[in-house]
Amino acid sequence: MENMKVEGRVWKFGDDIDTDVIIPARYLNVSDENELARSCFIDIRPDFATGVSQGDVLVAGKNFGCGSSREHAPLAIKAAGIRVVIAESFARIFYRNAFNIGLPLLESVEGANGLADGGRATVDLATGAIEGKKGSFQARPIPEFMARLIAAGGLVQYVRKVKIRG
Amino acid sequence: MPMTITEKILAAHAGLERVSPGDLIEAKVDVALANDITAPLAIKVFDEIGVEKVFDADKVILVADHFVPNKDIASAQQVKLVREFARRQKLTHYYEGGDSGIEHVILPERGLVLPGQVIIGADSHTCTYGAMGAFSTGVGSTDLGAVMATGEIWLKVPPTILLRYEGKLRPHVGGKDLILHTIGLLGVEGALYCAMEFAGSVIEQLPMNQRFTMSNMAIEAGGKNGIIAPDETTLAYLAERTTRRFEIFKSDTCAEYDRVIDIDVTGIEPQVAFPHLPSNVRAVSQAGNVPIDQVVIGSCTNGWLDDLRDAARVLKGKKAAPGVRLIILPGSPLIYKTAMREGILETFLDAGGVIGPPCCGPCLGGHMGILAAGERAVSTTNRNFIGRMGHPESEVYLANPLVAAASAVLGKIGGPDEL
Ligand code: SF4
Repeated sequence: MENMKVEGRVWKFGDDIDTDVIIPARYLNVSDENELARSCFIDIRPDFATGVSQGDVLVAGKNFGCGSSREHAPLAIKAAGIRVVIAESFARIFYRNAFNIGLPLLESVEGANGLADGGRATVDLATGAIEGKKGSFQARPIPEFMARLIAAGGLVQYVRKVKIRG
Repeated sequence: MPMTITEKILAAHAGLERVSPGDLIEAKVDVALANDITAPLAIKVFDEIGVEKVFDADKVILVADHFVPNKDIASAQQVKLVREFARRQKLTHYYEGGDSGIEHVILPERGLVLPGQVIIGADSHTCTYGAMGAFSTGVGSTDLGAVMATGEIWLKVPPTILLRYEGKLRPHVGGKDLILHTIGLLGVEGALYCAMEFAGSVIEQLPMNQRFTMSNMAIEAGGKNGIIAPDETTLAYLAERTTRRFEIFKSDTCAEYDRVIDIDVTGIEPQVAFPHLPSNVRAVSQAGNVPIDQVVIGSCTNGWLDDLRDAARVLKGKKAAPGVRLIILPGSPLIYKTAMREGILETFLDAGGVIGPPCCGPCLGGHMGILAAGERAVSTTNRNFIGRMGHPESEVYLANPLVAAASAVLGKIGGPDEL
């Protein structure tokens, strides 16, 4: 993994953020990620898509990404510019999808609670170290297999390298 | 070492003697499924991986069901892409138009999914087929694209929560109420990463359609799969649909569970999940006065023939209250046709209902029944998230088909007893 440090603005959300609010179904008639990014969080936070910059950090509570399996959700978040999502916990399908497309996730209750919306955060993806205005937090390091996926550049590259070419 | 049904199926598909919760395995996939929303992305991934052919043209199933009949130009383009891929790859199972229906209804109905299989679908409600004793779970499009290329998937073996249902069901209470009650009990992340295994004498007495309803909503508690061991009901259901061979797995009596939850169903009333989470449940008698604008009967949760029969029994000789739009979408063409023969569709029309084609329709706020700001719907579907069925300020209340039908007549949330 190159460039393991992330530094950006914190966008903070609550518990049980589902993929329907990350990207509502009415925008799913396209698959282009940049188009999807324009509608990201449009129903609950219309200022997100216009305000987010490359390298920003998304922070949420419990069960982030629950509901529909739509991969359009992590794709939209990633295309919007978010480099890492920190949450208390993630829904299962979202967790797989995010790593598969190369969007790293960190689980940290303290980090999720300690980072404030609008503030800045520095995150080390390799170690899970998080720094914000109110202090430093240690997330669970990314599990080895997930780290391999991210290192390969997502599942597509992983399958190309490991499965198809052997 | 004793194992649960989920562990046994996964071990068999990973070529291992045994697996334990937490093991990372690579499992062979029997069925890979995607729909008109998820397949386009999966196809893109498949093309990027760069293999010529899907791993098995009989095992990749593509169903156009979400935005069909194509609701706009963009949807039509997506379906076209999926159709052309299916043709190019000579897929045995591509469904569209009058040949199609809601994916999770037509796959069991046509004998395309079997007990003991590993079924991976790019749709979160792929967990539905757990009701037949299969390991069945939803993934995203990238996972599915990789499965189409390799026929395998990496999985973490989940710990299992055993849910045992005992007691006597009250009138108008069924699988939908049991699962809503369970989600209320566990919360929307109560079964996160876990297998849910439904068992007990109440489950043994449930007909197949109500078992599908329960497994269908396992994801709403965060579950990876929702499985029910095959029994005579399962075998009878299959005997009418397929002659293919399959293997039956059952949990060992001393298998290890993460948690065992015993649920006495005797006191459970019909349940209603209030906005905006499926876990926000109340007994229908505690719903209070909630006037409604729309009722939707259908979806992969409750678009089965018996669901329509239930609704028709309540609606027979009655009319939807003035101002209530009653929308019914049968789950498949076969269900549609049978409902027509049985006079059920006529009952719906006489009650003022609008009958839609077998598809997802308004379930995900796609089309054919979108809600405006401030409007409320009672729906037999599975999700009531913010904006799920339309405007972010609209509201969806989840219920069983009897309650949905009764609510249509009452013009507010209520059960058949209130009619
Ligand atoms: S009916 Fe609803 S929940 Fe089921 S597959 Fe269609 S959109 Fe998804």
